[in-house]
Amino acid sequence: MRKYWSFFKMRLMAGLQYRAAAMAGMSTQFVWGAMEILLYRAFWLEHPERFPMGMEALSSYIWLQQAFLSLFAMWNWENDILESVKTGAVSYELLRPTDIYSMWMARSIANRLARAALRMVPVILLSSLLPAPWGLRLRISPAAFGVFLLSMVLMVLVVCAYSLFVYSLTFYLTDPNGIMVLSVAAADLLGGAIVPLPFLPEGFRKFAELTPFASMQNVPLRIFSGDIPLPEAPAVMGLQAFWIVVLLSAGYLLTRNGLRRAVILGG
Amino acid sequence: MIEMKGISKTYRVRRREAGLGNALKSLVSRDYTDIPALRDMSFTVPDGQILGYIGPNGAGKSTTIKILSGILRPDRGECTVDGLVPWEDRKRHVARLGVVFGQRSQLWWDVPVMESFDLLRDIYRVPAAEFRENLDRLTVLLDLGDLLKTPARMLSLGQRMRCEIAAALLHGPKVLFLDEPTIGLDAVSKLKVREFILEQNRLCGTTVLLTTHDMQDIDALCSRVLLIGKGQLLLDGDTARIRAMAGESLSTEEPVADLYRRFGI
Repeated sequence: MRKYWSFFKMRLMAGLQYRAAAMAGMSTQFVWGAMEILLYRAFWLEHPERFPMGMEALSSYIWLQQAFLSLFAMWNWENDILESVKTGAVSYELLRPTDIYSMWMARSIANRLARAALRMVPVILLSSLLPAPWGLRLRISPAAFGVFLLSMVLMVLVVCAYSLFVYSLTFYLTDPNGIMVLSVAAADLLGGAIVPLPFLPEGFRKFAELTPFASMQNVPLRIFSGDIPLPEAPAVMGLQAFWIVVLLSAGYLLTRNGLRRAVILGG
Repeated sequence: MIEMKGISKTYRVRRREAGLGNALKSLVSRDYTDIPALRDMSFTVPDGQILGYIGPNGAGKSTTIKILSGILRPDRGECTVDGLVPWEDRKRHVARLGVVFGQRSQLWWDVPVMESFDLLRDIYRVPAAEFRENLDRLTVLLDLGDLLKTPARMLSLGQRMRCEIAAALLHGPKVLFLDEPTIGLDAVSKLKVREFILEQNRLCGTTVLLTTHDMQDIDALCSRVLLIGKGQLLLDGDTARIRAMAGESLSTEEPVADLYRRFGI
């Protein structure tokens, strides 16, 4: 376990040094969040009663989404891993007495945490200073906050498990770009990145909520904003856990088989 | 002790003629050609030997190294390194192995070298005291000093190679594979690296398998040389004998090229 912790630490430290990227990302996210809220405000002022979420809940959803973007943004791939699988350099990882899949997981989690750590605090601070209902509402019961934190952890695991699944598919494809573009689009639409899932038509929303993408940002953001009430939380978080297990095992098997093939074919 | 007995390895390569028609055809049926990379390769390396492994590009040197490192499985034949079959007992095998590929880096690019070393310590589970001792020794012998605090990307090639070699030896491996370790180095760095390899071998009894195209590497380091071509072992003898067969020349590549010509490879 200690060696995977070290991989984690290493990736975290490497990620923490990109200050300029963090500054740029932070300002983008702040402007983006403000624009989104202005857009929804126009609709809300017209027909507040037809809004599927309260404006305050929606603002919290959007600000948290911007603060934690790096944690769940599907396009936040770990390029080193993709490259190493594509070029076959991954076989050189076999020179270490480690399990490659666990190492990938440690690195992916660290990569996302490092990026988020540098950006989230200013966005949370500034947005919580905005007047209601446009700001981030920090009033949340300790119980709800605990559930929110747990669903955040599950969310990061789902996102990383999904990324690893895509990396493992790369063993079988000449170029993984197609599946990556598709994943980003699917996560944007079905995961509540473009519009929160409550805004989608009923039937389509029910379908979207079952996909692994809805187990990503959709869950913690809606728990925090109060849109998913606490009694419903265990069911959605159970689904998160389900996807973690399914994606991790599928990716693990694909990688094991892919590596065996690489070992036989010659990296 | 490294033992290889009757190892053969064939690669399957997809081939097609150029042109749109043939590209379309290959969508339906694909032609494969078998390329033998190693044919019935056998040799034994006793503990503590420095062995030069030479042959032209495509002769099968890398394939041999990959098989010995456990990242490639041969089609036929037996192989053990200190009693372990590399590709079957991979984790235990690589824990006792150090590898340096002259053309690849095992250091993390953006962080100081020492961070990579700490990571390697945890990966190989080197006890703190042993790690300290190895590191101190390597720091003195390879003149690492301030390099440890420098990010790998800021190092010159010679500095980086010294760090790479140190990285491969932190866990005190019994066997060291060096794949063209002096490639692209300047004269001073080459001498330093050679001097170190000899010292490491003398002090720790490390078995070294060295691939190179540089006759001076072989002269300076190896007591024995294997020459391979087209996947077969052509010559196995002590360095003096090989040296006598190769022409006299001041350049470093000429004598090796001479040998290749003589064997028609």
